[in-house]
Amino acid sequence: MTTSLLSVHDLACTRGDRLLFKGLNFTVRAGELLLVQGGNGQGKTSLLRLLTGLARPEAGEVHWRGASITGQRAAYHAEMMYLGHANGVKDDLNPVENLRFAEGLQGRAFNPGLATAMLERMGLSRCLDLPCRVLSFGQRRRVALAALLLAGATLWILDEPLTGLDVHAVALMEELIRDHLLAGGLVVATTHQALNLEGIPVQRLLVGNVAIPGPA
Amino acid sequence: MHRFLQAVLWRDLTLAARRRGDWLIAQFFFVMVASLFPLGVGPEPQMLARIGPGVLWVAATLASLLSLSRLFADDHRDGSLEHMLLSSGPTVLLVLGKSLAHWLIYGIPLLVIAPVLGLQFNLPTDAIVTLEISLLLGTPILSLLGGVGAALTLGLRGGGILLTLLILPLYVPALIFGAGAVDGVMAGTGAEAHLSLLGAFLVLSFMIAPWIAAAALRVSLE
Repeated sequence: MTTSLLSVHDLACTRGDRLLFKGLNFTVRAGELLLVQGGNGQGKTSLLRLLTGLARPEAGEVHWRGASITGQRAAYHAEMMYLGHANGVKDDLNPVENLRFAEGLQGRAFNPGLATAMLERMGLSRCLDLPCRVLSFGQRRRVALAALLLAGATLWILDEPLTGLDVHAVALMEELIRDHLLAGGLVVATTHQALNLEGIPVQRLLVGNVAIPGPA
Repeated sequence: MHRFLQAVLWRDLTLAARRRGDWLIAQFFFVMVASLFPLGVGPEPQMLARIGPGVLWVAATLASLLSLSRLFADDHRDGSLEHMLLSSGPTVLLVLGKSLAHWLIYGIPLLVIAPVLGLQFNLPTDAIVTLEISLLLGTPILSLLGGVGAALTLGLRGGGILLTLLILPLYVPALIFGAGAVDGVMAGTGAEAHLSLLGAFLVLSFMIAPWIAAAALRVSLE
């Protein structure tokens, strides 16, 4: 049995006066996908932000490799990548420059060949020297995904990763998630769309109190 | 850590180079505000030389405020601020890098323009030299303290006005010692005392402001 890398203990979250959830416990092991489900406004994004450490929980703790993330911020963030609603892509920079900055932030040397290969894999070979301002929403999303790939993090936290992507990109995303999981990575994702991931252990977590019929 | 700071600096400088319009607006604003005073108070040389240091310093603080509201706001809007907070680099270093970039982009040009405006106010040469030294010590203070205000007002509606109200009082010591140094030279009492205090204030802001701004940034993004 593989050890659990990410675990959550008795987590509670409030927004304003409203309690979104409490007493939440789960663990995610290497090679596992956790699919967070729930209706709009039930706290999926809030949960993901708690997992990243951007927001602090009302109660409870998030543990990474057996220790609370608050005590090991830098080490945890070096192994974790978060993709939120906003892409974090600068409009005035071109895709390669965006990746260059993302790598610099993590304190790593920039490898232009590898970055170009990632962008080409995401189907952006024709837009490498265009400012991201002129790219479509889906293309900018692809730039963000290329940054995610390049970072080589163990844990991916993805908030609606499929938003704005066409069918090819969704298929590519499924392939990337599968590869990442098979290589021993972890994925925590929210999505309203069905993901086609055969042979991959998927844990489903329902956030909030309104039951919605999940994809089979 | 060194690479992290370099990445933040490189990015802000590149972005500023891509948007020269924003940059020019701040410089024109400085020239405009300083030029309105001679038109308003009349062209007597003695009068202009007396109010000159104060006017130039006030114009410099206002020009730096103009650009501060966007110090973090642009990055917040497109999500890159979250990515920066979630990187392995310390937030304090991020704030320091962005404040430093702000000073290089908006502070240094003020130093270049100020002597020309000083001539317009009929300031003697030694007063202009002192004005330059006081701005060299003072403009980094504006960027550092401004970072605190920009982080505190991030994501608020009408944040720009609130930022002005929050930060202008904090600029008062820099304004007093900066303009006071130039006045001192013109009155013949020397500028050392004022410049020393201005330098002390710079060291203090350098040591404290990034920590406060980093904490404010975390709260604003929660």
